[in-house]
Amino acid sequence: MSARVQAEPFDVGHELSGFGAGAGAIVTFSGLVRDEGGRLLALEIEHYPGMTQKALDAFGNDAAKRFALSDWRIIHRFGRLGAGEQIMMVATAARHRAAAFDAAEYLMDWLKSRAPFWKREITASGPGAWVEARAEDEGALDRWKGTSCNPAD
Amino acid sequence: MVVDVLYFAWLRERVGQARERVETEAVTVRDLVAELAARDEWHAAALSDLTAVRVAVDQELADLDAPLAGAREIAFFPPMTGG
Repeated sequence: MSARVQAEPFDVGHELSGFGAGAGAIVTFSGLVRDEGGRLLALEIEHYPGMTQKALDAFGNDAAKRFALSDWRIIHRFGRLGAGEQIMMVATAARHRAAAFDAAEYLMDWLKSRAPFWKREITASGPGAWVEARAEDEGALDRWKGTSCNPAD
Repeated sequence: MVVDVLYFAWLRERVGQARERVETEAVTVRDLVAELAARDEWHAAALSDLTAVRVAVDQELADLDAPLAGAREIAFFPPMTGG
């Protein structure tokens, strides 16, 4: 039951060692930097250090309550991440697969739209556009209405 | 009161700094935005379209009408793109 924000790479296998002991189902999701058909060299990921850890802890604790998770893990990186590198992972452990899958989706939906990270594209010509938030990501939060990770929501 | 104002991503670039200490009498976030936007053209440009700006008060997401009483750190940033 922990969240980490870090610049360094991580190893999913290592992270899952001992994770969710006694659970019936573990779901993991990893997000990677797409190369966008070769156009993108890297992403530069900025975050709000004071707020990020608190937000990720809140998402994890909410998910644990809502889906009766026996364990959860969130890791999100920042800094310059090359195409193909891992940006983040979530892992959820529950008695049954439905709760583990749902909780992983739930965490991803919150991370996408409510975790204070911002991505900028790095192409061959240097730093490019900031990645814009997608309306679908914002909309994805609607299906979880009735839970809240933040008083403002 | 004195608050720290933080900017992230393209708001930071438009304002030209990552943080500043501000003396303010603002009652709500919206009042603070008006004070900041009146400072110079860079602040005005960064805060011109509030539909593209999100706010955190003391590291919790807040809306424009949130009260500032007792707040120490106000952050402005674009919609988040985590994950």
